[in-house]
Amino acid sequence: MAKQHVSTTVNGEPVEFLCAPEQTLLDVLRDELHLTGSKEGCATGDCGACSVTLDGRLVCSCLVLGAEVGGRKIETIEGMAKGDELHPLQKKFIEHAALQCGICTPGVLIAAKSLLERNPDPSETEVRYWLAGNLCRCTGYDKIVRAVMDAAADMRSA
Amino acid sequence: MARVVLSGALKRLAGGASQVEVEAGDVRQLIRALGIKYPALAPHLDDGYAIAIDGEIFQDAWFAPINQDSEVHFIPAIRGG
Amino acid sequence: MNDMTTTSLQQSEFKIVGTRPARPDGVDKVTGRAKFGADLYLANMLVGKVLRSPHAHARIKSIDTAKALALPGVKAVITAADFGDLPSEFIPAGEMMVNFKDMTRNVMAREKALYEGHAVAAVAATSEAIANKALKLIRVDYEVLPHVMDVVQAMEADAPLLHEDMYTINVEPRPAKPSNIAKRVEFALGDIAAGFAKADIVVEREFTTQPVHQGYIEPHACVASVSEDGQAELWCTTQGQFIVRSFCAKLLGMEVSKLRVTASEIGGGFGGKTVVYVEPLALALSRKACQPVKMVMSRVEVFQASGPTSGAKVWVKMGATRDGKITAAEAVLKYQAGAFQGSPIQPGCMCAFAPYDLENVKVVGFDIVTNRPKVAAYRAPGGPISEYGVESVVDELAQKLKLDPIELRLKNAAKEGTKAAYGPKFGPIGLVQTLEAARAHPHYKVPLKANQGRGVASGFWFNIGGETCAALNLGEDGSVTLVAGTPDIGGSRASLAMMAAEELGIALEHVRPVIGDTSALGFNFLTGGSRVTFSSGMAVIEAARDMIGQLRERAAKIWEIDLKDVTWQGGYARAVRDPAKKPLSLADLANTMGKTGGPIVGNAAINAQGAGPSLATHIVDVEVDPETGKTTVLRYTAIQDAGRAIHPSYVEGQMQGGAAQGIGWALNEEYIYDAKGHLANPGFLDYRIPVCSDLPMIDTVIVEVPNPRHPYGVRGVGETPIVPPMAAVSNAVSNATGIRFTELPLSPPRVLKAIEAKGASA
Repeated sequence: MAKQHVSTTVNGEPVEFLCAPEQTLLDVLRDELHLTGSKEGCATGDCGACSVTLDGRLVCSCLVLGAEVGGRKIETIEGMAKGDELHPLQKKFIEHAALQCGICTPGVLIAAKSLLERNPDPSETEVRYWLAGNLCRCTGYDKIVRAVMDAAADMRSA
Repeated sequence: MARVVLSGALKRLAGGASQVEVEAGDVRQLIRALGIKYPALAPHLDDGYAIAIDGEIFQDAWFAPINQDSEVHFIPAIRGG
Repeated sequence: MNDMTTTSLQQSEFKIVGTRPARPDGVDKVTGRAKFGADLYLANMLVGKVLRSPHAHARIKSIDTAKALALPGVKAVITAADFGDLPSEFIPAGEMMVNFKDMTRNVMAREKALYEGHAVAAVAATSEAIANKALKLIRVDYEVLPHVMDVVQAMEADAPLLHEDMYTINVEPRPAKPSNIAKRVEFALGDIAAGFAKADIVVEREFTTQPVHQGYIEPHACVASVSEDGQAELWCTTQGQFIVRSFCAKLLGMEVSKLRVTASEIGGGFGGKTVVYVEPLALALSRKACQPVKMVMSRVEVFQASGPTSGAKVWVKMGATRDGKITAAEAVLKYQAGAFQGSPIQPGCMCAFAPYDLENVKVVGFDIVTNRPKVAAYRAPGGPISEYGVESVVDELAQKLKLDPIELRLKNAAKEGTKAAYGPKFGPIGLVQTLEAARAHPHYKVPLKANQGRGVASGFWFNIGGETCAALNLGEDGSVTLVAGTPDIGGSRASLAMMAAEELGIALEHVRPVIGDTSALGFNFLTGGSRVTFSSGMAVIEAARDMIGQLRERAAKIWEIDLKDVTWQGGYARAVRDPAKKPLSLADLANTMGKTGGPIVGNAAINAQGAGPSLATHIVDVEVDPETGKTTVLRYTAIQDAGRAIHPSYVEGQMQGGAAQGIGWALNEEYIYDAKGHLANPGFLDYRIPVCSDLPMIDTVIVEVPNPRHPYGVRGVGETPIVPPMAAVSNAVSNATGIRFTELPLSPPRVLKAIEAKGASA
């Protein structure tokens, strides 16, 4: 089957690409656009390492087809810092040692940012359930939850 | 003379001896001396075993010193994950 | 030999060690910039894919690859015929004893496929779609054989035989017939019968554990590029670039120096990335195609064909006097190795009773092959399985003796000078300190409600040293590049840079740590055995001292005074007998190094000895829902001896992460095979590792009993934390329900069944 031409917006920039019908958004981000910050841990929507937002909604990019994203707004980890200014979540993850190997970190950050946009003052339980779709095998989640709560507090007082 | 404690497969290969006195100044000398005393042991000693000298574990250390009154144990080499 | 203990800094003198600075790779990892195994793209790169056996056990009668090779876009097809056969002998390969006959068969099945997912052929093509199409064109003629999955069934005389040439070693007389039992091992101390005769109480139990996967989120991935003249580059996610080089060079019949291996950032390993799977296949495909080949495993492939650790049967019998002195301890351990011999049975045997001071011990172990993927190391390999059984029996002993479980452990705890159950005497170790900290912790005093239970368990792991290099390259402005050869899996670049800055007396920001490829340094053993902060730390400190020696020499020359009159202190060379001479900073000396003798490089190449064991005690509270059998972890506290915590946040991280993995092992994780030997749950939906909402905060207490053999007192900390959780959780569930559980995982159906059986019999 012929490749499809898609025009979309990634991290605020207009982007065009050609994709095969079976290519997922994750495949496109990584293999066509070389935005490799989104990771493939499972390709079945179970691990969250490929989390991005699509028109502001948190999705696993491995469960979205590249051909679906024409005219939409995609935000990935590569767009989270503004210039040389890290997002408060990014700063807090470093400060709290909320990452070890770092493979899940981009997905966790995208998911956490999405949570704080909806709920600027989440409880620990709310953080834990929101992030339940993002697997981390290194940290036991303790420092991740603390970093998210601390970033939320900072962002509220900013 | 250093005291070498053998157990498991090494004890069997040494004809059942569980403690052996050996004159050796370092690990390689000890391995050689044991191999001469118990030829069946010789092919097994240098690889796959760690050597505890007075409680401290050495791996792949031919020239780790052994004292006159040292107690030496052969234990399977440890790898870890 | 290195002897650096004499000049150790005292704790109060540390300026950087013990603080919590930002890690040097932090920004790269929060911005998506960090490059992991699958993140490299090269021009002209092909995609490699593996054809895997659909059968758990089958003879490969023939493989026809002609149609696949004829498909346009296919550039290379390989089978076992593309690898030379290697003899069955255990030979040293970078500090490991490896049987390359088995390894070459595990990366590519030869005579037989021994488990579902066993690689039988691989292709490289210009696109993933073409590669997948080509796999379907490969014809494999299999003769399906009966298979065996269970460790006890595999030991039976009439069990399907995996290897016709496997005769159990270490048994007399040599067995007349081959079997699935690769070897028997035994450790004994004292007189076990006399010990049990002295006991007032004896507890005997048999436990079952399931194989569990390391569960790293990043699948195995690599890019190989072999040129027409045989020089090769390999980029891969691994715990040891030098080990990958050793293994691949041997498997491909290459000279070691022809292969340069670069370790990508690694997305978790836990022992599972200490071996090779797709790496030699990608090299073989690239060698044929003379184009770069990228291979990335799918999650299904990771579950079917990599890891896990052994499932096991663990029989434990322990006796104690009325006042709580353990008089005898005995265990029989049967560990699954998967398709090829080499389960962690020996460390399993040695760890079993290691936390205790015992006179009479006997442990017998068996290494058993089954039609499952070959096990790989998993965090303290072997220890968690045997210690789960032992710590469960210790808990039951305490219960029957009406003693507090921490009290019983304290009465029997191993300490400095104790003769370990596996032979030698311990140096300074911190079990007693962790037990005392546990008893004093507020967690231990919180009252429990209905359906709640508390569990305690201790754990032991050896830790290792090994061959290690480090280099410190002085920049012309006085900043320092630190090159280490051990992949950074959880923050070690931070701890290594901290030790370099501490030793040199400079600010941490002036040290940039990088992980070198195999051409950057001499041989390094891999990241494993909790050895990096210990061994690479020791090498970095030695390299810093080497550099300081050179800096003092340059200063002495500049000042035209004796070397002995120059000290290095707080980042400056100082003329001790002439305070009027302005001290020379690292930057001052770097500025002029071209004129004073040339570049300054601090080097160390050591075989680090003297690793100190790390012991831990964990406390867990659970609530068991009697309606569903579901266990909720309410509170968790991990206490561990770190020797010296260089960067406490990352020590805590190891403790919390290990505890979480152990909770998964205890409560949920297991492989489910159907009657045909097909894995029914090769994905994260059904192989359920703990998610964020499954866990509470995990409190940590770091105890520091310095290791006298490390200049800063460091012990490895990474592996021990996975040892106590299974018994701690099982003891807690047993205490919550009044039912003694002996089988993992404690999944809701299993717990519910036991609760209902107890209700029916009551």
